[in-house]
Amino acid sequence: MTKTKRESAAKEAHSLGQDAWQRLINNRMARVGGVLFITILFLCIFGPMLTSKENSDTNLAYGAQPPSMEHWFGTDDLGRDLLVRTLNGGRVSIGVGFAATMVALIIGLPYGALAGYISGKTDVVMMRFVDTLYALPFTIIVVLLTTFLGRSIWLIFLAIGAVEWLTMARIVRGQTRTLRELPYIEAAKVNGVSNSKILARHILPNCLSPVIVYTTLTIPAVILLESILSFLGLGVQPPMSSWGSLINEGAQKLDVYPWQLIFPALFFSLTLFSLNFIGDGLRDALDPRETR
Amino acid sequence: MFCSRPFKQIRVVLALLAAITLAGCSDQMTNVERGNRDKEFYIGLGTEPATLDPHLLTGLTELYVLIAFIEGLTTYNAEDMSILPGVAKSWEISEDGKTYTFHFDPKARWSNGDQVTAQDFLFSYERILTPALGAPYASMLYPMKGAEAFNTGKTDDFSTVGVSAPDEETLVIELNAPTPYFLSILTHNAWWPVHPPTILKHGTMTDRLSKWTRPENFVGNGPFAMKSWRLNSSLSGERNPYYRAPEDVWLNGIHFLPIETNAEERAFRAGQLHVTDTIPIHRIDWYRENQPESMRVETGLAVYYYLVNVEKGALKDKRVRQALAYSINREEITEFVLKAGQQPAYHFTPPNAGGYNARVRLPYDPDLARKLLAEAGYPNGEGFPKFELLYNTSEAHRSIAVAIQQMWKEKLGIDIDLYNQEWKAYLATRQEGAFDMSRAAWFGDYDDANTFLSLGKTGDGNNHSNWSNAAFDALLEEAAITQDVEARKEIFQQAEEILIDEMPFIPIYFYVTTKLIHESVRGWYPSILDYHPYQAIRLETK
Amino acid sequence: MLVHVARRFLQAIPTLWLIATLTFFLLHLAPGGPFDDEKTLTPAVREQVEAHFGFDLPLHEQYFRFLGNLVKGELGPSYKYAGWNVDEIIAQSFPVSLELGGIALIIAISLGVPIGIAAALRHGKLSESGLMAFAMIGICLPTFVLGPMLILVFSSYLGWFNTLGWNLPGDRVLPALTLGLFYTGYIARLARGGMLEVMQQDYIRTARAKGLSDSQVINRHALRTALYPVISFLGPAVAGLISGSFVVETIFFIPGLGQFFVNSAFNRDYTLVMGTVLFYAVLILCFNLLVDLIQMWINPRTRND
Repeated sequence: MTKTKRESAAKEAHSLGQDAWQRLINNRMARVGGVLFITILFLCIFGPMLTSKENSDTNLAYGAQPPSMEHWFGTDDLGRDLLVRTLNGGRVSIGVGFAATMVALIIGLPYGALAGYISGKTDVVMMRFVDTLYALPFTIIVVLLTTFLGRSIWLIFLAIGAVEWLTMARIVRGQTRTLRELPYIEAAKVNGVSNSKILARHILPNCLSPVIVYTTLTIPAVILLESILSFLGLGVQPPMSSWGSLINEGAQKLDVYPWQLIFPALFFSLTLFSLNFIGDGLRDALDPRETR
Repeated sequence: MFCSRPFKQIRVVLALLAAITLAGCSDQMTNVERGNRDKEFYIGLGTEPATLDPHLLTGLTELYVLIAFIEGLTTYNAEDMSILPGVAKSWEISEDGKTYTFHFDPKARWSNGDQVTAQDFLFSYERILTPALGAPYASMLYPMKGAEAFNTGKTDDFSTVGVSAPDEETLVIELNAPTPYFLSILTHNAWWPVHPPTILKHGTMTDRLSKWTRPENFVGNGPFAMKSWRLNSSLSGERNPYYRAPEDVWLNGIHFLPIETNAEERAFRAGQLHVTDTIPIHRIDWYRENQPESMRVETGLAVYYYLVNVEKGALKDKRVRQALAYSINREEITEFVLKAGQQPAYHFTPPNAGGYNARVRLPYDPDLARKLLAEAGYPNGEGFPKFELLYNTSEAHRSIAVAIQQMWKEKLGIDIDLYNQEWKAYLATRQEGAFDMSRAAWFGDYDDANTFLSLGKTGDGNNHSNWSNAAFDALLEEAAITQDVEARKEIFQQAEEILIDEMPFIPIYFYVTTKLIHESVRGWYPSILDYHPYQAIRLETK
Repeated sequence: MLVHVARRFLQAIPTLWLIATLTFFLLHLAPGGPFDDEKTLTPAVREQVEAHFGFDLPLHEQYFRFLGNLVKGELGPSYKYAGWNVDEIIAQSFPVSLELGGIALIIAISLGVPIGIAAALRHGKLSESGLMAFAMIGICLPTFVLGPMLILVFSSYLGWFNTLGWNLPGDRVLPALTLGLFYTGYIARLARGGMLEVMQQDYIRTARAKGLSDSQVINRHALRTALYPVISFLGPAVAGLISGSFVVETIFFIPGLGQFFVNSAFNRDYTLVMGTVLFYAVLILCFNLLVDLIQMWINPRTRND
């Protein structure tokens, strides 16, 4: 009896996945966002390989030049090619966005699942701890973290990921708490299926859709955060560039050297738009209630 | 129809915004217009002043503010930086140049009407020299007899310090040695008086965080009296009715606005400031082209240099340090990176520091640099160990570091890493000596070469290079007791030659101060110490 | 209800203690101290200063000293801004941030909610994409780009507003808009999600089947539930909004609390950091409680949770 139920559940899940994919493809915003994001990703990964220009090549006498055939996006104040810097910056920004989100996922997912599944006192304590971290002002934490880890932007973002997991943990916990009351989980328990198996086979897979959605939305949030760090002067170390650092420099020169803002900002916001649209599309697609 | 309601809401919001806009402010008077009408002066500060205690302040920002509110025994002439009487109307110097007797201006009063007395100065000197206060500039008083011993806790008897007040209007200061620049030192805020009853009313004599600097408590003796102070908003002063020379003061009021650099430039364009703290680098070309009359560039008494930790790896070798110094194209940096007309620095002490101009010049010579590097064992930079260049967070520091990194790569074939830290972490790293090379700067505390060259002294608290040279130390000691001005300069020349040969500090450029000044402002004269007394300011509208 | 509130207050105590402790150790481990400056203090002077502020004590003793003061309710004087107490600084700048955040919140809600709902109601249409794209401007451009852009257009070119300052009613518009648009994006997205979900519910379908007009359905039935996620988001969001924004305050020269959050950490102004951190924590806890109460009121079922 449990077996057939599980099978049918699995089958349902499978068709749900297909349905969801279909819905995602049919979603105009998500489709546009997906194509856009993949295009930008390809440009950032392969673009810098196609040119001999380096991120750090300065040409002081040729600083702050508007776009030309030689420099499509113009140059920055030290005469560095902005196209190369923008594409390289994309690697860093998208990279840290994914890295921090992955850390958040790796911590938040098991933490939330455990808290929700064990419940009782443990749950209360675990969630109080999350609440406490929530109440710490983010800027101060980041400022202090960068003083310790300042040498590498990657370390900083691993640390940021270690702060970003809180919401993830809450979402997973909520989902787990609902799931563990469901009859088939109860039945599995009665039949002596071990807790770890229940967690791995039944709980986590069923948390997947909110987690995927939240993950997709965390990436742009982290990329945005990286830009704020640059504004605070805590961004990447040169000669590396990131979108945040480029935009921050550009924003100050908005009315004298507009190209220094426009090109990086265009890449930056298109990426954020596309990721956000993909996230929203995923939410719609993965929400099974819509099929009803 | 389905969505009429949400859209109605949007419309309401837009209408509200429009209403606020119409009730807005475009036709309102700007600060400059209001200031010109009411004789009030609006000055931009880069940051919020940290403290207004003359014995504790370290920054130029704080000094800009405090010269409006407190005055020392002597002051500077705004136009030519010659010494003028301040609280002291006149003075006599003994034959041996070691004893100064100051006669007070009987009109000198505190902003609450109290007489400024010689006893007030005794109290002030005791206060700044008491170790418990932890005054960063207490060493400015060390030329005074016994001051160092008292400040370092060797004695706690203030009567051993060479200062006395025979009567209320006479102050006698005894010096360790004849100090030719003593009258100019006296203009420094460390030598300024505080009002003893006010200090004692709001805490003990050595209370660092006392509330006496609050506008409602502050008592000063400068041309202006403090009126109000709101953090991150504005600090205002009004004419001090008890000032000793009220006829010298034209302005009725003064306002300091701590605005971040980029916002400040916008504020200036919008007519909200008479004078800015600085000009953002990327705006300099624009002003040069469109509004050159607003730009004011003044030579400063300050040097920007790279501090070498001479105990680290390859940097131990003098030839490596020289090679690094000789391969920096300073003119390119000043022209294209800094843009405001800074002077490339080929020696350490800025030009014309107390009339001293260094003779020695380090060359810009990449060939020689390569040769030196090869002699040190790194031909074409081969095998040169990577080192790290530390700088504190700022766009200009980063640009300079990136440019120099590239120059060394191209000209010497060596690779370095750049590393920036925020200010406090940078200071800590430098203090601990945990760096290879670090960006540094020194602003002259007074108009004399000693304030720069003493940085190279063994054991000087501000010499973070670990460099130590007995001949150099001996020269500086000799200079300290040499009274003849020309002979003293000659000693400095020799010291500077050693410094440039040994290269523990790689000079990059000499600072300029850049400011935007509104056309109505008169009486703002160039000053090497960036010292602009507000008494001289007039506002004229055509 | 009262019991619930009382329990939450009791729970807040260990939370605040943990926050204070974490902040204390993080701060004291960070390199550099409040009195470090370009000019190095002589060792003797440095010792005196450290002794005066107790920095020479072992860290745990400093910690207990600090806790003792905290229990007495003393936040102490700021180390950087001599003469000002931490509570005075907060009292002076919080009203400004409250006003700015309040206006931004009104903008965010009154733009975000209608846009989100309108988008949900046009689900699948092109106009949905348009609405959401507009709402998301604020989360796809950092505030330090949006701010200067608004200044360039509305102040430099059109001359409608002052470029900076905080003196006239009109001075509130651009900063509040800059700050508000960021939250507009999140609110619109949550409102849209909530609305989409509600529209699938049986009771709404029934209501519509019964022939109630769409606007009646929305106002009477759907809106409350649809805004549920928006309300839970608003708890921490409001606390964040009214405790100030460093970026917006810097760009528009506004004397709010946000600058102190960042600058106090940079200055190693231990007491001011602690004061702002605890203040923020209390705000967060209060607003979370408020959100709980509102949710109970909207949806009594959550009461047993």
